[in-house]
Amino acid sequence: MAASTSNIQPDDDVLIELYRRMLLIRKSEEQLFRDVKLGRTPGQVHLSDGQEAVAVGICAPLDDRDQITSTHRGHGHYLAKGGDVNAMFAEVYGKAEGICRGMGGSMHVADFSKGIVGANGIVGAGLGIATGVGLANQLEGEGRVAVCFFGDGAANQGSLMESLNISSLWRLPVLFVCENNGFSEFSPSGTVTCGVISDRARPFGIPIWNIDGNDVVEVWRTAREAVDHCRSGAGPAFIEARTYRFSGHFSAEAMILSTPYRSDEEIEAWRAKDPVARTRALIIDRGAADAAACERLEMEADACVEGAVAFGEAGTAPNSGTAEQLMRAGS
Amino acid sequence: MPRMRFIQAINQALAEEMARDSRTILIGEDVEASIFGDTRGLLDRFGADRVRNTPISEQTLTGISVGAAACGCRVILHMMFANFIYTGFDAIANQMAKLRLMSGGQVTLPITVIANYGGGRSTAAQHSDTPLSLLMNLAGVEVVVPSTPDNAKGLMKSAIRSDNPTFFLEPGGRGGDAGEVPSGDYVTPLGEARVMREGSDLSLITMGSMARMTLRAAQLLETELGVSAEVLDLQSLVPLDTAAILASVERTGRAIVVDESRDACSVASHVAAILADKGFAQLKAPVRRITVPDAAMPYAPSAELPLLPSPERIVIAARTLFPEA
Repeated sequence: MAASTSNIQPDDDVLIELYRRMLLIRKSEEQLFRDVKLGRTPGQVHLSDGQEAVAVGICAPLDDRDQITSTHRGHGHYLAKGGDVNAMFAEVYGKAEGICRGMGGSMHVADFSKGIVGANGIVGAGLGIATGVGLANQLEGEGRVAVCFFGDGAANQGSLMESLNISSLWRLPVLFVCENNGFSEFSPSGTVTCGVISDRARPFGIPIWNIDGNDVVEVWRTAREAVDHCRSGAGPAFIEARTYRFSGHFSAEAMILSTPYRSDEEIEAWRAKDPVARTRALIIDRGAADAAACERLEMEADACVEGAVAFGEAGTAPNSGTAEQLMRAGS
Repeated sequence: MPRMRFIQAINQALAEEMARDSRTILIGEDVEASIFGDTRGLLDRFGADRVRNTPISEQTLTGISVGAAACGCRVILHMMFANFIYTGFDAIANQMAKLRLMSGGQVTLPITVIANYGGGRSTAAQHSDTPLSLLMNLAGVEVVVPSTPDNAKGLMKSAIRSDNPTFFLEPGGRGGDAGEVPSGDYVTPLGEARVMREGSDLSLITMGSMARMTLRAAQLLETELGVSAEVLDLQSLVPLDTAAILASVERTGRAIVVDESRDACSVASHVAAILADKGFAQLKAPVRRITVPDAAMPYAPSAELPLLPSPERIVIAARTLFPEA
């Protein structure tokens, strides 16, 4: 399928909620980029600004009992699935009050109580894990769906073929979501990837959608159909969403790369398709809210992020003993 | 006490634990046909939902185990040969061993990985490795190695009940060994070594595939050198019974560690390091290691067998510790 077969539109309040969540991700990512430069974070971050519509649109039909696996670019997925922003900032700041007690950091934000099985520093690792989550869901029989976010880079790991085969063979409730942002780290997709990624699911008999990942309504609409498919017991589904990461692969790249790996024209072309701005324009165009109301939503997101910074900054430093103690359950 | 074969004891433990907890599942390549016999009959008994023959997809099978265990299953993953652990190693080393720490302790991963290890049967270099110390070095997984039918049953039960990823490495070619196995809920606690033979002059510290041969060596030492050797079977490598190792050497003053690992960074070298650090005052002689040289296992028996530890090599090493004998 090129896109969703239906033309269903979100209600105004749903659309505003999608926008509100996208704003929280955008403002968080922008703040974390500043924080890295300010030295507030002990490590680097992989930012997802530009990809917000995929995270928010896909997570919209999920509830707390559904699960997601995420990537090294995981802040947006975590927030879209309902992860606490304060605990995320504290985590990225390396504090004991962080969602993972400062033991995981930016690349490993997870909240199992919300079905966030975790971001992951190994490209493609979520494929097998999500398949296993789908297996647990199938055995439990309560209709939970596992969503696997992965990038076009991960699509070149052999585990994609294995996971598609097993999940289709066993009809597991797994929604594979390929965020195709056009780059494997610093290599443009065209130099490392053959063909259309979503076609890779076709021979396994898995339904495919290939969509504009910067159009939150299209993502939202497709996610509803795909999640319904998985929840019904019909097996896995596959969405390829084309998108772009404005801030590049990771926060230190400008310092370590000697030559740019993408052009200003390319970045500007994608800026023109900014999913946050597009959603705002749609809201106003549709009359769901006016410009002043949108402004207030932005201020709310700013305040939320400001609170998260304060929470993170007030946090305490964890010690190595915590790490040793956490290695084994029951110790 | 009923006698049974090594592989039957494992099979019994698997069946009892699967009956005990309906969330326990078994996955792996050919778990239905079961080339070793350890999982035979389980699919018929527990059904195709809980016992799943899988494709040959090791890197995803280890990942599946992590995801399923994180979301409510108790997973038993049969990897067939220990060398195939390498094929599935990302989800072992980067996920299984680290997810609990990385998530700040949010998750437990009750996973048992079964694999058949060791050489001596002309299975050549890719079906004969002994990756015990490799797994020990990960820190985030437990490692147990049965040596006899009774601890095969007891350790398998402990492995499955553990809330941590636990590797249960079956000594290759030992499935037919028979021995007495207690009925019912017989559990060998993790982290406890056992004295298989008492002795006063020398500690032979060993595990798994080497235990039977080491007992033979102890007999030889008695008759040939008049040396009374204690045989300590480690059983569990992570957690490791350091106290039992030190207590044994406190009794005997001498130690030979017998291990099928390649020598560099082996279980034997780790035990020797522990003795050097914490048991130095008790030692009357240097600790000897009987291991496999740092070589891959060749196919031809004439080339392979001399690389493996043997009673003869143990006796030769013991002679250096007892020059008067």
